[in-house]
Amino acid sequence: MPSLDDLKKRIVSVKSTQKITKAMKMVAAAKLKRAQDSAEKGRPYSEKMNKIILNLSENISDKENAPKLLTGTGSEKVHLCIILTSDRGLCGGFNSNIIKKAKSFFEKITKEGKTLKIITVGSKGYDQLKRLYKDKIIEKISFKESKNTNYFDAEKVGNMIIELFLKNEFDVCTIFYNKFKNVITQIPQEQQIIPLKSSEPDNSSSDSNYEFEPEEDEILSNLLPKNISTQIFKAMLENSASEQGSRMSAMDNATRNAGEMVDKLTIEYNRSRQAAITKELIEIISGAESL
Amino acid sequence: MSELFNLEIVNPEKSFLSADDVNEVVVPAYEGEMGILKNHISIISFLKPGIMKIYRNNAEEKFYIEDGILEFKDDTLSILTSKVIKLDKLDKSFIDNSIQEAEKSLLKEGITDQQRFLISQKIDSLKSIVAN
Repeated sequence: MPSLDDLKKRIVSVKSTQKITKAMKMVAAAKLKRAQDSAEKGRPYSEKMNKIILNLSENISDKENAPKLLTGTGSEKVHLCIILTSDRGLCGGFNSNIIKKAKSFFEKITKEGKTLKIITVGSKGYDQLKRLYKDKIIEKISFKESKNTNYFDAEKVGNMIIELFLKNEFDVCTIFYNKFKNVITQIPQEQQIIPLKSSEPDNSSSDSNYEFEPEEDEILSNLLPKNISTQIFKAMLENSASEQGSRMSAMDNATRNAGEMVDKLTIEYNRSRQAAITKELIEIISGAESL
Repeated sequence: MSELFNLEIVNPEKSFLSADDVNEVVVPAYEGEMGILKNHISIISFLKPGIMKIYRNNAEEKFYIEDGILEFKDDTLSILTSKVIKLDKLDKSFIDNSIQEAEKSLLKEGITDQQRFLISQKIDSLKSIVAN
């Protein structure tokens, strides 16, 4: 049975933990608002970009000479996976969900006898993967210094991927991130960006005839690298909104749990205080009786 | 001039401008300046650094635009750009910085002719802004 002093100390410590989690929840809620805003505002850009590329690829006349970024290298031997995670912990299942999704994908690929290469963006992903897949990770990137998700960071990652692709380092590229649905739900996503796979075939625009200036292939070869950066940027925005949402609900839970624990400890404290008083009383009374 | 069409300018971060009462837009397209009016044929093109002019409500608005993709379809002009700034919001120090940076990257080795062209376009258009 812990002494009164011990109980008191524990109550104090749980209370101060609760204060921290409460503050973190508050901060996450404020950041969530901003991240959610920018994720929603960023959607039109990537959607438009996708649409234009879809229109373009439908209109392209010479399918065989189309840029490899669009059609792929023809083989599917080497897979590159970009794992987007957060740089900070204490956000519930946010990182583990992505990693879980990614790991099952890795297993599938290795079973099929294909080569796997990994780039991690965000330090938490690297921490979780380095034990099992250390030799597969070719690069780890972290944007701890940048305060907000910005396009330049995404461009850096995009350029790196393109450079690797041009050096024939991989055939297929897939990115993993959490899509923000609402504060409680984030859905881990895998999205293939090279070769480009249109998620929803757009039938409405097939009859449109475009005029191109300059030529189609020149536009495509300019547009495709941009699209990769854009897709990564979109993933980063979704991710940062998801991270804050996930952290908010995790911290909310932690605050509630701490509250329950304080209640329990307080009851225990009061009980043992009363027991001590009763014990003392009995001692005094029996002492007086024996006189 | 009641021939109006829709214009949408989108940044990676947000929707920069959205209007449905535009008379004419003049953009610095890759192969030369291009004016777009209503009922233009569907077109996809690139932008190079330069000044974009938008005519609406009998007024002219000028923007500095650094790059972008342009799509015109069904009387809607969409411009995707990573950098667009309204001309009167540009301050001198920003222009000077950009010019300096551009001149530095021009000296770098291994840039392609296309990049060189785009960068010198950028410097020219920035300098013309300063001159006015």
